[in-house]
Amino acid sequence: MSVIVVLIGVSVFVAVGFLIAFLWAVKSGQYDDRYTPSVRMLFDDEKKKEEDPK
Amino acid sequence: MKNEEKDISHKEDLLCFHCGDICKDKSINKEEKIFCCQSCKLVYEILQENNLCKYYDIDNNPGISPSIRSDIKYEYLDEETTKRQLLDFSDGKISTATFSIPQMHCSSCIWLLESFYKLDPGVTHSQVNFPEKKFIFRFLEEKTSLRKIAELLDSIGYEPMINLDATERKSRELYSKKLYYKIGVAGFCFGNIMLLSFPEYLGIDKAADPMFYQLFGYLNLILSLPVFLYSSSEYYISAYKGLKSKVINLDFILFLGILVLFVRSVVEIITQSAAGYMDSMSGLVFFLLIGKVFQSKTYESMSFERTYKSYFPLSITILKNVTQSTVPLAKLRIGDRMIIRSGEIIPADSILFKGDGNIDYSFVTGESMSTQKVMGEIIYAGGRQIGSAIELEVLKDVSQSYLTQLWNSDTFTKTDESRLQTFSNAISKYFTIAILILAFGAAAYWMSTSINMALNVFTAVLIVSCPCALALAIPFTYGNVMRIFGRNKFYIKNTFVIEKLSNATSVVFDKTGTITQNKKSLITFEGRELNEFELSLVKSLSRQSTHPLSRKIFDFLERYETKEVTDYFEYVGKGVAGEIEGLRIKMGSEEYVTNKDSDIHYNHENSSSRVYLSINDVILGYFNVSNSYRAGLAEVVQKLEKNYSLHLLSGDNEGERGFLQSYFKDPLQMFFKQTPDNKLKYIKALQNEGENVLMIGDGLNDAGALKQSDIGISISEDVSNFSPACDGILNSEEFPSLPNIIKFSKDSFKIIIFSFAASFVYNLLALGIAVDGLLKPIVAAILMPVSSISVVVFCVVSTNYFAKRRKFK
Repeated sequence: MSVIVVLIGVSVFVAVGFLIAFLWAVKSGQYDDRYTPSVRMLFDDEKKKEEDPK
Repeated sequence: MKNEEKDISHKEDLLCFHCGDICKDKSINKEEKIFCCQSCKLVYEILQENNLCKYYDIDNNPGISPSIRSDIKYEYLDEETTKRQLLDFSDGKISTATFSIPQMHCSSCIWLLESFYKLDPGVTHSQVNFPEKKFIFRFLEEKTSLRKIAELLDSIGYEPMINLDATERKSRELYSKKLYYKIGVAGFCFGNIMLLSFPEYLGIDKAADPMFYQLFGYLNLILSLPVFLYSSSEYYISAYKGLKSKVINLDFILFLGILVLFVRSVVEIITQSAAGYMDSMSGLVFFLLIGKVFQSKTYESMSFERTYKSYFPLSITILKNVTQSTVPLAKLRIGDRMIIRSGEIIPADSILFKGDGNIDYSFVTGESMSTQKVMGEIIYAGGRQIGSAIELEVLKDVSQSYLTQLWNSDTFTKTDESRLQTFSNAISKYFTIAILILAFGAAAYWMSTSINMALNVFTAVLIVSCPCALALAIPFTYGNVMRIFGRNKFYIKNTFVIEKLSNATSVVFDKTGTITQNKKSLITFEGRELNEFELSLVKSLSRQSTHPLSRKIFDFLERYETKEVTDYFEYVGKGVAGEIEGLRIKMGSEEYVTNKDSDIHYNHENSSSRVYLSINDVILGYFNVSNSYRAGLAEVVQKLEKNYSLHLLSGDNEGERGFLQSYFKDPLQMFFKQTPDNKLKYIKALQNEGENVLMIGDGLNDAGALKQSDIGISISEDVSNFSPACDGILNSEEFPSLPNIIKFSKDSFKIIIFSFAASFVYNLLALGIAVDGLLKPIVAAILMPVSSISVVVFCVVSTNYFAKRRKFK
């Protein structure tokens, strides 16, 4: 049963990792603009367009 | 992406290829593409030259017709002090800056602005934040400048709005980030505590493995600390602030609930008597914070706090020892000689020194006729010069001028706090007292049995009665209503506006721009086509008259020259006549101009009037002047009349009193020639009579009234443009839905009352169990989230239902 202690330790460790990832994401501004990147990714690159005969 | 729309636009081929406006004819065209005006065509040519025509492939008719103004506007951006304020970063060679561009509206805009480096090679990188309508760019100082970029943006229709006080925005950004951190922490702790509480939920016998029981307890305790100390800190601060100003607000009860939950749980865990309620506590904080985010949706691209400063130029050209220089507005001193060019706003009271003043005060007073000023006359701030440049000597400081003094009045200095006596605050006072009495009463009752039991019951009462339902109902209901309003082009500053809107008792309208339309395209000429010379004759004649119809025609013919009129005469109620360059011109009713009897003078049915024109007694035709009142005004007034007292305050003259009387029945509540200060005082007087005033206005002349009123709504043709400080901005197209907006805000208030009543019953039932000392942790652990979630679901579903009933999108 004492393996549970280890498992809880691991699970909390992993969860803390995700929490830090979330806080970092907020801090680095990833939630500042939740719309523009979704449009930006749809624009074609100019060079690719030339190569593509369609 | 938008194939269906493309098909439609092919059928209606008279839409401007650039901006999508309706073109009058096909005269302005290039390569089979039709444009509505020269400036649209110019933008197309610029884009075509730079190989940017993909702009038109992404969205249909994405362009914006640029305003025709001189490039002098951005001269001040070359100045060092202004530059330093605007640049986010600069090392002398490379600089970054952010402009706010409210005009951006579609994915084509994003594409074009992010391809800006093609238009100006000096710009190395540019990025768009669409929801905030921000344009962030990096450029090489030696190749380009802020001014050049601003001018280029302007020339392709994206006029940058440059605001020098950006400090407020940064603090808001910081706040919303903090809220996200708090939610992240609370959510993390809530989830983990729930997980560790599972053995407790499943009723595993604690005697079987006391080691784990203890371990889980302490882990829960550690996990709950960040929630208690960090995530919920806002509620402590708010409760403390409330107590300091002797108000028991809703946050105080929440604070009490959280505190009691935490303390009791700590005691239970340490003494190992029970598992505590850490899961309930962190869950409550988590839900409350989510409610906060839901409620705090703001329209970042809009500003609700504009003062005169946003309207005035940022810098001004002054003349010193025959040399011209630009100074920031703040450095303008009494005695300075300033040069005001056509279209510029005069920032301070001053004396006309040189040139012909033709000042348009429509901006300040709503009066649409411009006034002539000659040398030596005093010109008040806020007027816009039309015509050639003038020289003025400054008489008063900018902040002491006639118009700006309005902002020095109490209305603008006092904070909103005193008026935030909301329903939740009013009810929480009684609620708290009742709960405290109940808790102490129950404790006293059990005291005789055992102290332990008494403490148990005391804390249980406080925990169960924690008004989380109320604390959740308000943000979720109002947050959802705010979103629904936003979808229907009514944008409000914050959710308090909804509650205040539902309490309004009288409605005050402004006239010009509010119940009338600003668009000038409502005039057409029927008959022989008039040439430029004839049109300038018409304009000159109509300028002499103050009749509303003459003024409308005058405004319509903005770009034509005026000539001197001799022998002018006005026949009241009939028309005007005058002689210009030897030609006799008559304008007026059909009867007057054509000498024929006619029964169509003013047709209420199609609400348009005809002004006939003759030159040297040759009848050329008539101007069809359609009524410029907003569509749906009659219905709006009719619907509101039943429940509200309606008032009209107009800065204009009495010209249309007769017509307005058919709308506003009570003549006593209609006032003309009101100054901005008069309007403010009128609202104050109404409030002193105990009325809750809803003011609906538009221009700067209403700014005082909008601020003084309980709820100020400004009507705007283009929501991203000019609007004075107000609580809400309503798109002018949605003007007819005004009665529904008020009704819907009332509905939402009812929803809150209902959910409050429901949660009260629920609390009462739970209290009954708690007072008896029967509340088990598992029951509490289940009831808490279930009640919270059910309240949230009820609020969101019922607001959506009412929105449908009120025919909102």
